Amino acid sequence: MPVPTKPESFMALEAVLLRHHRSPDSLIEILHQSQNLYSYLSDPLLRHVATRLKLPLSRVKGTASFYHLFRFQPPARHRCVVCTGTACQIQGASALIEAMEESLGLQMGDRRGDGWVSLSEVRCLGTCSDAPLVLIDGTVGRQQSSDGLRRWLQELEP
Amino acid sequence: MNGLRCCASAGCLARGSGALIGALETAISRAELGDRIQLRPVGCLGPCSQGPLLALDPDGDLYAGVGPQDAETLVAALARRLHQGSDQATPLEWAPARGERLDLRAPFFQRQRRIVLEHCGLIDPTDLEQAIAVGAYGQLERVLQGWSPERVLTELQRSGLRGRGGAGYPTGLKWATVARMPGARKVVVCNADEGDPGAFMDRAVLEGDPHRVLEGMAIAAYAVGADHGFIYIRAEYALAIERLRLAIDQAVRRGRLGPALFGTGFGFSVELRVGAGAYVCGEETALIASIEGKRGTPRPRPPYPAERGVGGKPTLINNVETLANVAPILREGADWFAAIGTAGSAGTKVFSLTGHVRRGGLVEVPMGTSLTTVVLEMGEGAPEGSAVKAVQTGGPSGGCVPADRLDTPLDYESLQALGTIMGSGGMVVLDQSTDMVALAAYFMAFCREESCGKCVPCRAGTVQLHGLLERILAGSASRADLDQLETLGAMVMDTSLCGLGQSAPKPMLSTLRYFRGDYLARLEAP
Amino acid sequence: MSVRTLRIDGRDVASGEGTTVLEAARDAGVAIPTLCHLEGLSPVAACRLCLVEIEGSNKLQPACITPVSEGMVVHTATPRLREIRRTVIELLFTEGNHVCAVCVANGHCELQDRAVDVGMDHARLPYRFPDRPVDLSHQRFGLDHNRCILCSRCVRVCDEVEGAHVWDMAWRGEHCRIIAGLDQPWGAVDACTDCGKCVMVCPTGALFHKGDSVAEKHEDPSRLAALLQARRARQEAP
Repeated sequence: MPVPTKPESFMALEAVLLRHHRSPDSLIEILHQSQNLYSYLSDPLLRHVATRLKLPLSRVKGTASFYHLFRFQPPARHRCVVCTGTACQIQGASALIEAMEESLGLQMGDRRGDGWVSLSEVRCLGTCSDAPLVLIDGTVGRQQSSDGLRRWLQELEP
Repeated sequence: MNGLRCCASAGCLARGSGALIGALETAISRAELGDRIQLRPVGCLGPCSQGPLLALDPDGDLYAGVGPQDAETLVAALARRLHQGSDQATPLEWAPARGERLDLRAPFFQRQRRIVLEHCGLIDPTDLEQAIAVGAYGQLERVLQGWSPERVLTELQRSGLRGRGGAGYPTGLKWATVARMPGARKVVVCNADEGDPGAFMDRAVLEGDPHRVLEGMAIAAYAVGADHGFIYIRAEYALAIERLRLAIDQAVRRGRLGPALFGTGFGFSVELRVGAGAYVCGEETALIASIEGKRGTPRPRPPYPAERGVGGKPTLINNVETLANVAPILREGADWFAAIGTAGSAGTKVFSLTGHVRRGGLVEVPMGTSLTTVVLEMGEGAPEGSAVKAVQTGGPSGGCVPADRLDTPLDYESLQALGTIMGSGGMVVLDQSTDMVALAAYFMAFCREESCGKCVPCRAGTVQLHGLLERILAGSASRADLDQLETLGAMVMDTSLCGLGQSAPKPMLSTLRYFRGDYLARLEAP
Repeated sequence: MSVRTLRIDGRDVASGEGTTVLEAARDAGVAIPTLCHLEGLSPVAACRLCLVEIEGSNKLQPACITPVSEGMVVHTATPRLREIRRTVIELLFTEGNHVCAVCVANGHCELQDRAVDVGMDHARLPYRFPDRPVDLSHQRFGLDHNRCILCSRCVRVCDEVEGAHVWDMAWRGEHCRIIAGLDQPWGAVDACTDCGKCVMVCPTGALFHKGDSVAEKHEDPSRLAALLQARRARQEAP
């Protein structure tokens, strides 16, 4: 999907901006909705948000970049996440990270150049009784073993 | 009439309780028993490590490890018993294929005292009528119709309730301070940014009984003179966010939130604000900045939020569990609450019991209950063939309690004396396989990553401390490095701008205090 | 304005209500080191160099934002504070790439001055040698992130005094970096008025005039106060 670059392409955001009365206070809510609508926060999108909220560009990018959940490039097709909350950490999260890195040929925090897959960590999903946890494309793997994880990764669509 | 309550909280949902609910619906309608068996998705039922969990009414039985494959046999067993003309007289002859009926006489259940969680697991959190049927918004109505704000404040102060977010500041005093502030527009904030890894108490409350929290906020607003509220919740809690959105909508439509509540002049509206992945936003001044749409960096206090908070207005910030205690305190009275727990720490505390423990999940116990009771009796200790080495409380701001100190009562002061904190309620059990230096490095990495970067000691100090810990782990550190670790740790604690930096060295210093040998064994030979 | 009397390092000091401990100390001739603070800009209390001990409080307080109060007893240079200040400076030196010998600000650098003040002859902590870029896209000025100590003076002066808000802090923790616009090359940001105030207030050689070579940056950040004074005087003139 080509990323819209012209302001008129961000029409879907107008309702969101209206709902929040174009208030700078709602910047984070608006960034959430922007990312939901357009899958990531491109420069043109951030510029559009800044203009509509009458905020300086650096203020918008400075705020967005503070929060880990905002993306500035298109998300990978497959998103692999390892939970590194305390319960997961003491029950084998490191081995799962190793298995991920090895199987995907990526370092933690990286995204493959062609956008096929990304590897990241999350600090606690809050369902610690099932530690250690992984999350692949939104599906939770509970009490995950490294071998099971390797098999799962092999099945990812190319 | 039989009732089936199936846990639909995030833990059990991940274990397939959604499919179980679907299968039960099908089986019930196929057996044409829709009018004799009521199926309800409910909040957390407790022992999450054994989910999916299913409770049977009126028997009160709790089944563990129930799967969709069990739906047919369960409904058939219920049908048989119903045909015999009884819905309870005889115990149900049924057990899940791969699960079991839990023994409710076990300490895990017997030792609990459910106040915050009293309706969690009983009602369908998506159904306001069920919440109202068990008393939701009843205390708000009662207060609005006859109590002065001062009387609410007095009751709260007398109850001895202290903040459940970690610091343990007296809640009534906090309310009274905001109430005294001049200004017609004040704000109430519910801090639901439960960021400590290994903690999920607030998630469970919000997923299982969201109206309880909204009622607490509205009562707080009446007491301090606020007309608007925010709930700041972490984005990782998708289900809790969904349930809260629904609960707010329902409450507004049913006249429990909004203008002129219960025919009085008092109005209160609530807005949901979703975080975006920043642990530091649990710190109250950072949380305010984030609600205002800014970088979540803390600022020095004073001015405290009570004086100048969201939008410059006097602001009351309470944690989820604190607010969930408000309605029962008003319902049963301050004396009743004060009599539970210990003299300095009244009431109960919810803990999320996880890690190397046989029976994990959500437990609510009176303050003052010992760690032995919670970890060894209720949690049944470490898994087979292992033993408990320590218990971590308070997350990245807390510390460890070693196995030989498990007789410590769970109250604010006793935990502090051990070098840890009550914290928000995360309780991670560590068995002998746990590398304490690695654990310290883990928490330091966490703080390094979550530091906002504003003040120098936290931004650069956590990096250096983490580097030193990594060096010790790699076996290439000297005695001088260990000394430096302690000196720099103390400096970061003393000089950082906010609570994150001020407590970042705590998990490390705590392991140094109780497991120094683990460190010394890794130093290079001199 | 009512007067508050207090004691700073054994000296009796009388200051107006609302004065900060930092101002009161300077009036009394007691120098408290600062880096992020600059008269004329809003205080952020981020560098922690100006922390002082106040009797009766077990928490150290930043002098730049702590108001004086009656009977306050302040200590600004105890051995504990000296040690803290040295560590703060070491943390700053080791987190960036500060090579005085090749820096435009050599000899006119506040970080260098503070290092001399606290007696930092070497770093006890390891240098981290981060990989940081240099932005030379602006016609007249340059930005060398290697020398930036994230004091945010440039961010504040551009927003509060110039009103352009070209700069802001971006990212988080050790990855914090000042950005222009949407993290663009400085020269590509339309909002910049080329006024040079950010260069003027920068305490190190991070922001500099392009023509300057080693030790040639002679900015005096205190000129900002004079500039603001002049601006106020003009506004108040009939």
